[in-house]
Amino acid sequence: MARSSRLSLAASALLAVTAWPASAQISDDVVRIGVLADMSGIYADLSGKGAVEAVRMAVEDFGGTVLGKKIDVVFADHLNKPDIGAAKAREWFDTGGVDMINDLANSGVARAVATVAKEKKRHIIVNGASNMGITNELCSPYAIHYAYDAYSLAHGTGKAVVEQGGKTWFFLTVDFAFGIGLEQQVSNVVRANKGRVVGAARHPLATTDFSSYILQAQASKAEIIGIASTGADAVNAIKAAAEFGATKNQKLAALLLWIEDVHSLGLQTAQGLLLTNAWYWDANDESRAFGQRFMKRVGKMPNMAQAADYSSTMHYLNAVKAAGTDDPDKVSAKMRELPINDFFTRNGTVRVDGRMVHDMYLWQVKTPAESKGAWDYLKPVATIPAAQAFQPLSESTCYLVKK
Amino acid sequence: MDIFGVPIQAFLGQIMLGLVNGAFYAVLSLGLAIIFGLLRIVNFAHGAFFMAGAFVAYMAGSYFGVGYWPALFVAPVVVGIAGALFERLFLRRIYGLDPIYGLLLTFGLVLVLEGGFRVAFGSSGQPFPTPPELRGVWNLGFMILPVYRAFVIGVAIVVCLATWFVIEKTRIGAHLRAATERPELTQSFGINVPMLLTITYGAGVGLAAFAGVLAAPIQHVYPSMGSDLVIIVFAIVVIGGLGSIFGSAVTGLGLGVVEGLTKVYYSQASATVVFLVMALVLLLRPAGLFGREEN
Repeated sequence: MARSSRLSLAASALLAVTAWPASAQISDDVVRIGVLADMSGIYADLSGKGAVEAVRMAVEDFGGTVLGKKIDVVFADHLNKPDIGAAKAREWFDTGGVDMINDLANSGVARAVATVAKEKKRHIIVNGASNMGITNELCSPYAIHYAYDAYSLAHGTGKAVVEQGGKTWFFLTVDFAFGIGLEQQVSNVVRANKGRVVGAARHPLATTDFSSYILQAQASKAEIIGIASTGADAVNAIKAAAEFGATKNQKLAALLLWIEDVHSLGLQTAQGLLLTNAWYWDANDESRAFGQRFMKRVGKMPNMAQAADYSSTMHYLNAVKAAGTDDPDKVSAKMRELPINDFFTRNGTVRVDGRMVHDMYLWQVKTPAESKGAWDYLKPVATIPAAQAFQPLSESTCYLVKK
Repeated sequence: MDIFGVPIQAFLGQIMLGLVNGAFYAVLSLGLAIIFGLLRIVNFAHGAFFMAGAFVAYMAGSYFGVGYWPALFVAPVVVGIAGALFERLFLRRIYGLDPIYGLLLTFGLVLVLEGGFRVAFGSSGQPFPTPPELRGVWNLGFMILPVYRAFVIGVAIVVCLATWFVIEKTRIGAHLRAATERPELTQSFGINVPMLLTITYGAGVGLAAFAGVLAAPIQHVYPSMGSDLVIIVFAIVVIGGLGSIFGSAVTGLGLGVVEGLTKVYYSQASATVVFLVMALVLLLRPAGLFGREEN
């Protein structure tokens, strides 16, 4: 840039500040939301384009502007690689003018980006990932864990299965932060209920053939095969278990199953499985309305993370409006002060450690006879009240929690 | 009885499963080896054609009601024709150039095919039922073997033998081998070598598509199903000896077993063990286990 234009830019910026001293304080005159998602890999259907559209819908419904400034949405593919996710977040915060990053499917990526957000003092909202680090050792005033986490999955599906009598467990665990964290959480629940973990097999992300692992699970004689993976991995594991007759003597506990996974499995294979989800499109009139609108734009029903992408973007924008600025510290305080009441949850609140606490739900996959058609897949089993669904604040290792 | 701490039943079971996976590796590496042997092209798009085969079978079934058995024939033909067209229109232009061009071109095709199917069908994949005749399981005593997996081993062995027979014992196979060794001389005998190349490429990717249809009921059908496999298959071709058909088939089955056993003893290494073997083989026998040193 030429020296003179830089000077004139500085002058106009000065003028802008002095001309409206009392006006809203929005950095760079735009509130920019970045959706950092898996756009092309194994989790692309769970986050991906659907996540971007959900955030765009929230921005449109909010009116496209906040405090008179434009709201802009950008997105990028993290390729399920923590280093790429962190580099993108750094670029967005440093030079891209991004105020908040949403979605963050993949626990490895979410952990890496949480570290960057803490350093740069910018907001992130984790909806796609489950890793407990976000509200524990990696917590900050700028990170919110919104849709679900490993603790809530363990205390939903895990606990329900143990209470039905599944005392011995063998885990098929995807070998990165997500699977290992989930296995730990469920193991805690199993042991707390006098159950026993007899073994685990760790497989790489995007494994196509699970037959060897299923054979190991069969040899372990455990009552329950806990599947600590999700997406295509979980689908392949469940299919292999059915194929090799593991479901005759043993029961499957799929610890994180999405509506898309049920869709890929088909009801014939998936029927009867229990799953813990924060949200399901066919729960009530409001969720159905959102589901249908989303369906028109994306061509499939939204899952809990995509619904949460919408809900949390709204919450962030409401907090910016209420704070009268996009200053991260003031917005952070507002986000932890305002309750959340929308189609995603009732009376949701964000705790000091960044955990958004809300009711979680245990669902069961319908039989083919019960289902009325595509995407009519789940029936409610139980509500897990907010107070039990998430890690108690007293157990959090987050430095913000006063003990 | 235990073998290194693993019950003999589990051990035998893993060997059996290794053979099933090895069967896929064998059929895929066979096509790759033929293509490399004749065209000197490292066909990076092999996995994408494998995936395309599965998708063609899926589409034929869901849009036209074509069953599994016809699809097993139709999908390889459709994909083979597409492959032959690709050879005619694109691949042909880069023969004789540095191998990196072939790599880039076929890799570009992978991105186009995978991206296209992802846009059309999403990334999480479509269900593909096992044909009714092959449902059910056999109890072998040491393991439960799904009938379909046994079928896969059988078919793979038949396909490998048939391919070997065509190349080694028939007239077209003789032309093919001649064209591999001395293309100019073969052409001077009035054999249409360019046409032979097109047919070979079409047949090679047709084999990949055939493996894709075989895999569809085991995995579900999703855009990255080929790229998850193809890297391993490349390693197998290198281990077996580039261009060696017999070597690729045997190595495919053998490495399936090695990989299966790794999953029992140290499953974290199951994704890398093939490459470890590859490094060792390249150190000790650079031409591969069944390859010949070229003068």
